[in-house]
Amino acid sequence: MKMKLKVMMPCSEAAHICDKSQYNESSVWEKIKLYTHILYCLTCRNYVKANKRLSLLIKKSQVTCLDKKNKESLKMNFQKALKHNEIK
Amino acid sequence: MPKHVLNPNKWIDLYVDYLFNYTISRVNNRDIAQDLVQETFLAGLKSMKNFKGEATERTWLISILKRKIIDYYRKINSNKGKAEVRITSNNDSETEGDWLQNRVADPFDKTAEDTLQNEELGDAIYNCLSKLPKKQADIFRMKTIEGIETEDICNELEITPSNLWVIIHRARTAMALCLKENWF
Repeated sequence: MKMKLKVMMPCSEAAHICDKSQYNESSVWEKIKLYTHILYCLTCRNYVKANKRLSLLIKKSQVTCLDKKNKESLKMNFQKALKHNEIK
Repeated sequence: MPKHVLNPNKWIDLYVDYLFNYTISRVNNRDIAQDLVQETFLAGLKSMKNFKGEATERTWLISILKRKIIDYYRKINSNKGKAEVRITSNNDSETEGDWLQNRVADPFDKTAEDTLQNEELGDAIYNCLSKLPKKQADIFRMKTIEGIETEDICNELEITPSNLWVIIHRARTAMALCLKENWF
C-alpha cells in the first residue's frame, strides 16, 4: 500500500507545532508542514511571527525567577514572621 | 477608586518572581537578590499599618524594595576606601600600559544601554505575566523561564501534555498581545 504523505493540516495543528518549535521540540517533518501551511494561511503566518518575537524578547531580556527550593525556604521564613506578627 | 488592601498571605505567591527579577537585574547576584526580596517582605509586614491604600500592593512592595537596593549599595560602599571611583579600562594587550589610550571609550561596548533596556523589558514581561490567569502564568513561567521539561511539569501538576500545550498556547497568545501593546 502506498503511503500518502499528508502536507496539509488544520490551523490548530499548525499553531501547536509553532508552539512546540519555540522550545525546540518539533521535528523536521513538522517544520516542513508548518512552513507549507503558512505559505497560504495569513492568520498562522501572523501567529508564527508574533510567537517568534515573544521567544526572542524573553531570550533577550534574560528574565529569571527563584527556583523552587529557594522559594519554599523564603515562604517558610515569611510564614514564621507572619505568625509572629499575629501573636503580637 | 476602591481602596487597596494588603493581604500578606498571598504576597509570596503573587509577587516573589516579579520582585526577584526586578532585584536581580539591579544587583546581579542571586543570593543577595534573594536576601533583599526576603527583607522586603518582612519590612512590608512590619510597616503594614503605614500603608495608606493609595497604591497597589505591588507598587508599595516595589517602593520598599527600591529602598532596600539603595541601602545595599550604600552599605557595600560605606567601608573606608571602597567609596573611591573605580576606573575601568579597555583590557587590550596592544594598548597595555598606555594610560591615555586606555581611557578612550570602547566603541564596541554598548552593554550599558543594552542592560538598561533589558531591565525594562524584564519588568514589562513580568507585568504581562501578572495579568494572565494564575494557572497559565505558572505553567508559562515553568516552561519558558525556568525551562523545565514538559514531562516534569505534567507530572508535577498532574495534567496531560496536550492540556499543557493548550495552556501554553493561550498564554503565549496573551503574552504576545500584551507585549505588543506595552513594548515597541
